[in-house]
Amino acid sequence: MSILVDGNTKVICQGITGSAGAFHTKGCLEYGTNMVGGVTPNKGGQKDANGLPIFDTCDAAVRATAANATMIFVPPPFAADAVLEAADAGITLIVCITEGIPVIDMMRVKQDLALRNAKRKDNPIRLVGPNCPGVITPGTPGPKGQGCKIGIMPGYIHMPAPEAPAKKAIGIISRSGTLTYEAVWQCSQRGIGQTTCVGIGGDPVRGMNFIDCVELFNADPQTDGILLIGEIGGTDEEEAADYIRDNVKKPVAAFIAGRTAPPGRRMGHAGAIISGGEGTAESKIDALRKAGCQVADSPADLGAAMAKGLGV
Amino acid sequence: MKIHEYQARDLLAQFGVPVPAGTVVDTPEKAAVAFVELGAPVAVVKAQVHAGGRGKGGGVKLVRSAEEAGEVAKTILSKPLVTPQTGPEGVPVHKLLVAAGVDIAKEYYLGMAVDRANNCPVLIASSEGGVEIEQVAKDNPDAIVREPISPTVGLQGYQARKVAFRLGFKGKQISQAAKIMTQLCKLFIDTDASLAEINPLVVTPPDAENPDGRVLAIDAKINFDDNALYRHADIQALADPAEEDASEIKAREHGLSYIKLDGSIGCLVNGAGLAMATMDLVKLHGAEPANFLDVGGSATEEAVTEAFRIILGDAKVKGVLVNIFGGIMKCDIIARAIVNAAKQIGFKVPLVVRLEGTNVEAAREILKEAQGGLTTMQVGTDLTDAAKKITAAVAA
Repeated sequence: MSILVDGNTKVICQGITGSAGAFHTKGCLEYGTNMVGGVTPNKGGQKDANGLPIFDTCDAAVRATAANATMIFVPPPFAADAVLEAADAGITLIVCITEGIPVIDMMRVKQDLALRNAKRKDNPIRLVGPNCPGVITPGTPGPKGQGCKIGIMPGYIHMPAPEAPAKKAIGIISRSGTLTYEAVWQCSQRGIGQTTCVGIGGDPVRGMNFIDCVELFNADPQTDGILLIGEIGGTDEEEAADYIRDNVKKPVAAFIAGRTAPPGRRMGHAGAIISGGEGTAESKIDALRKAGCQVADSPADLGAAMAKGLGV
Repeated sequence: MKIHEYQARDLLAQFGVPVPAGTVVDTPEKAAVAFVELGAPVAVVKAQVHAGGRGKGGGVKLVRSAEEAGEVAKTILSKPLVTPQTGPEGVPVHKLLVAAGVDIAKEYYLGMAVDRANNCPVLIASSEGGVEIEQVAKDNPDAIVREPISPTVGLQGYQARKVAFRLGFKGKQISQAAKIMTQLCKLFIDTDASLAEINPLVVTPPDAENPDGRVLAIDAKINFDDNALYRHADIQALADPAEEDASEIKAREHGLSYIKLDGSIGCLVNGAGLAMATMDLVKLHGAEPANFLDVGGSATEEAVTEAFRIILGDAKVKGVLVNIFGGIMKCDIIARAIVNAAKQIGFKVPLVVRLEGTNVEAAREILKEAQGGLTTMQVGTDLTDAAKKITAAVAA
């Protein structure tokens, strides 16, 4: 089992004819993702370099391919529109890779998705990102590998859960891209597999948050533990800590980046800023420790902290 | 992006928020003329720098004559202004705001910010103005009113009235305060601001024309969402390069995300999270990071070479730590940039390189071949090893 995506997920790429969209569509195909097409307005009817059909609209793409997930590489001024177009077309997993979307645009997207989801009880529309590496359920690379990679992460560093030598698999939730790769790598090196890794993104207003993912991993029988990678800014880690304390029995390990970050400076990510005394690493680390999580002091100990929690 | 107080006042005025008369000057002579032209018995001379805490650093002074305005202006312009937010070296002052003095009956705080927990803008107001809102939040949290705003319909009339009554405004002050709230919210959304503060918002004592006094914005601070600047050419034009570190501007021109810090270990990393974690790692091993630097995922060899130039241009840097986890960024690009930097700039300080991920084997080959020109280089086998090697090399 896994969360959000698996070998049956049918994926389209919005912005498939752009350089990033084309490059990563190929990467996902090579990993074994069931890519079924792409969307670029006014290029409908053409095929991409991999022979995938291109559609003018998400609506047309979903009608023709029955896609249920999308990977968005549309430039920032048009990305919020792309997310809502996907939602309107009936896609239930929207993964937005784009970095640089204005925060008010994302607030409006969140409000619209909340209104749509208020009418849908069982099958909510889920947004991952923006400004994120994407979602991966590791599988053996290749067309029958049962894995699904939607995003820009290097596939080969991951360890598919069924193949894990340590017989343990974890879920990873992270606000950072390369720091997630670091975490995945350290876990894979220790023989710890990953059921699914979700990059929730570095923006202040985003789709799925730590709690949403923790809830899914907690309910997934194959996921033995959860690794949470946060950073300065906001209070999402503190809220996740409260949720974990009250609801999660599985071992949880964590790391918070930015202990040495100066207040008031935006550290690369739009959301990584300590402002008004809020969003410090200390506050997050303290809350997670109090909730019983293994918090690594060093980014070199992400795998070790998780292994300790799992008892392997 | 940050702007100066005088620019924030101008924006407020454009949106219909009443502000006292004021003039921006850059010489003592012009300050004296401005005082006369304002025609007020008292004026305030205020240093225009982005850093806060100006009053504590002597950057805000009351003056009662043209001569005094000139003298005060001369003093403030003559030396860097040191405030609790600038560091000991202070910041140079190039411009002053000379604003008409206002009699104050009561001070309030009014601000718009991003409510990250609720994914919407929020109006924050307090009956304790003139002090930092963070301090009020600590000392007297009950004095703060928070009103979430819909990102689609904006602040509604009932919300503005609710906040105005709760803050204790009376009589004709209510409609004045509510209008200011409405306009501040409109400014916040229309200009893609990330923070818009009026502190203090004041009520003047009653006079013949205004039996309940007037509600005025005395000081303002506005920051903008960098991601939205593309659709606001007018806001972009308000940027003041003199307020930014020259190396940070240069880095941005090359698509690099760089923040200068005070330590001695230069860090070159890909990804913001890993870059922060690398700074933390350096500190954990007993040294201080000299910078935050995220080269990004799609940087070219030239851009990465430029990144080395910026790091090595910092005189405080005693060693460089390269930490790359290749994803979209290919390790061989970093390796070539290291070789280029060695040729073009030269590594006189210790260099520790830790590479993992995409094309790492090719990168290791490139570095091996160039070893002769990289005498100060060591390879870090993992994060801890790299951190130990660079801190040891710098301490030696």
